[in-house]
Amino acid sequence: MRKILVLLAHPKYEHSHVNLQLTKAISGLDNVDIRDLYQLYPDFDIDVQAEQEVLLLSDVIVWQHPLYWYSCPPLMKQWIDLVLEFGWAYGPGGIYLKNKLVLSSITSGGTDAAYSKEGRHGHTLAEFLLPLLQTAKLCNMRYLPPFHVGGTHRIQSEELREAATQYRNTILFLRDSPEIPAELGDWKTLTTYGR
Amino acid sequence: MEDSFLFQAIIYLGAAIICVPIAKKLGMGSVLGYLIAGILIGPYVLEFVGEEGEDIMHFAEFGVVMMLFLIGLELEPAKLWQMRAMITRVGLSQVLITSGLLFAAMVLLGLDWKVSLAISLSLSLSSTAIVLQSLKEKNLLNSSAGKNSFAVLLMQDIAVIPILAVLPLLAVASPTGGDGHHESFISQVPGWLQTLLVIGAVGLVVLLGRYAIVPLLRLISRTRLRELFVACALLIVVGIAFLMEAVGLSPALGTFLAGVILANSEFKHELESDLEPFKGLLLGLFFIAVGASINFGLIFDQALLVISIMLGIMLVKTLVLFGIGKTNKMGLDQNLIFSISLNQVGEFSFVTYSFASQLQILDQNTTEMMMAVTALSMTLTPLLILANDKLLLPRFGTLEKTEREADALEEKNPVIIAGFSHYGSTVGRFLRANGIHATILDHDSDRVDLLRRMGFKVYYGDATRADLLESAGAHEAKILISAIDNPETNLLLVETVHKHFPHLELMVRAKHRGDAYELMEMDVPHIYREHLDSSVRMGKDVLTKLGFRAHTVHRLAQNFIKYDEAGLQELVKYKDNQQEYISMVRRNIEMQEDLLASELNRKFSLNDHAWDSDQIKEGLKNAEGKS
Repeated sequence: MRKILVLLAHPKYEHSHVNLQLTKAISGLDNVDIRDLYQLYPDFDIDVQAEQEVLLLSDVIVWQHPLYWYSCPPLMKQWIDLVLEFGWAYGPGGIYLKNKLVLSSITSGGTDAAYSKEGRHGHTLAEFLLPLLQTAKLCNMRYLPPFHVGGTHRIQSEELREAATQYRNTILFLRDSPEIPAELGDWKTLTTYGR
Repeated sequence: MEDSFLFQAIIYLGAAIICVPIAKKLGMGSVLGYLIAGILIGPYVLEFVGEEGEDIMHFAEFGVVMMLFLIGLELEPAKLWQMRAMITRVGLSQVLITSGLLFAAMVLLGLDWKVSLAISLSLSLSSTAIVLQSLKEKNLLNSSAGKNSFAVLLMQDIAVIPILAVLPLLAVASPTGGDGHHESFISQVPGWLQTLLVIGAVGLVVLLGRYAIVPLLRLISRTRLRELFVACALLIVVGIAFLMEAVGLSPALGTFLAGVILANSEFKHELESDLEPFKGLLLGLFFIAVGASINFGLIFDQALLVISIMLGIMLVKTLVLFGIGKTNKMGLDQNLIFSISLNQVGEFSFVTYSFASQLQILDQNTTEMMMAVTALSMTLTPLLILANDKLLLPRFGTLEKTEREADALEEKNPVIIAGFSHYGSTVGRFLRANGIHATILDHDSDRVDLLRRMGFKVYYGDATRADLLESAGAHEAKILISAIDNPETNLLLVETVHKHFPHLELMVRAKHRGDAYELMEMDVPHIYREHLDSSVRMGKDVLTKLGFRAHTVHRLAQNFIKYDEAGLQELVKYKDNQQEYISMVRRNIEMQEDLLASELNRKFSLNDHAWDSDQIKEGLKNAEGKS
């Protein structure tokens, strides 16, 4: 059983619609630790040591946040800037994150279709997440395909429930599956994978 | 009278220790406790103390002198100057109107005008000791009743000078000298010289305070002998009192003046903490002596006369005070407290009576009678204050709670704020701005009235009372904010809450570090030192103005607060290793020393490497070197 650390970054979580449901779907699970960054560090004063300690003890790190201007919310970036230290996370002696898995769990107003070559945003979500991917790689971690819930402005409650279940299954899969195959497709097709 | 000093001491101390806690328990205040102790050991009940009670009273009057010195210390000259209007408007009018009315009444009753004048002037005075002690115990010194009472008492102390000056002019015969008790050498010199001497003495006190006392204290404090400093403090007070007595001025007024002058000196707190216990003991002794000196024989013989004179005087005084309060726009509550607190005859009257009797203005019988009336009225005051508290105010004054309208749903506020002065009100406003309504407890009736008009839910009274907390909804509330000005009251409140409402989450304002330590020892998890945030914020601005980058300063400040809070947790463990008894002031200084010393060697910098490439460059260089 892997230890999962979910780093939730939502500056207005109490008004969030989708993130709230997603988080609810995975809270209370064994070995799944959710850290609500905006609740922990309202003034961006991140406790680097505490963050590194929990990182060290986890096998899978989930960056869960909405997509703002094709990137993460500022506190998430602050977390990356401060916690992933040179000599600890990367560079000489930076070995403490080696071989951990990273999953981006993204919600966006734009639909899946909007995030494509032909779509409104002109690129796929994976392309926009390139900086995160490379961040993980630099720290010798494996960056998994993102879990994405798109079209959150118009999402129906039925769809939302469906997405929440998928998210829960994804997390359970990452926690329990003995192997994480090198080639992972879309998480939506993976929901029954390995069980 | 063969009783040894030790036996006497045992009687006085024992009586105080038995009576005062009982009186406090019954909600009567310490003054009444002391008075009752005095009556009990006095010649009419247990007969432990005989006539010497009066001598002790003269000795213990010194407690009043010390009290005024300490009050002076609290009152910087600038503050006193601000009060001048109140002193004349409220104080002077009280003395003049009260003595005028009483004088007229006595003349109409057929008394000799000289006797009437001597008595009425004496009767206009109130008891500084009783009033201030009572107001202080009820934490009312800063309310409008408290401030006005203080102005009146101060004016009366000033008025003692002209009263003592006028009395000899009324003398039927020249002073006989008597036992020489209140006779000063000054009365033997001509009038113009007297005036000159008086002015000279006051000038001397001012000059001494400015140029002699502080250097002396500095010298003494360098010896690092605590008892020597105490001795020096006592010497200052006694010396000034002696000087004042020598020129025929009120010693209390003289020491008050000295106190005011020393209020700006660096020894203010040291003096306060050293003299405080002496003052308390002497005042207690004084009240006991007053109780013991009440001539119950006379009172029983002429009960009707004594009581009617006393009631008449107190009624006149109360009405005059109430009228003054009314014209000065005091609220009903404050006015009742003001006029009932000050309606007794004061301890200075004993002095004026005996002076007048030496001058043979008053005969023996009248003097005895007036002394009995005075002592009795002083004893009655704490009872009247109590009656006002328990009977009058709950009915006519600001109510403890507003009557709930029948159709209004009882709102259950999750938060209770105890104390709504500048600190509590800021918290309360912030909560209210965000839609959280708090129930407020406050003991200032004027503020309570205002808040109720503004639509707040306010309970009036002492927040440390469990029953008041309960009616304010402490059982249903989640959080209690203790924002009371007085740290001691805060501690009491914490105690009450721990005992009766353990489910309440306590968030407590602390004045400073020492205060925070005491709260931490009581296991209060959420302590807010009132200065911490704003002073660090100021420091931030200073660094920014000196050219530091704002964001760096911001993070440095965050670090500093974290460090400081952590240090608090650490230092609290060591604080009791120190000597048991050191004054609060000295403790604060030592605390500061510890802090500064430990920070001297600490390099304050941001201990992360965020946005900083130096370490990366260094690391890469090392890595290259190895390969």
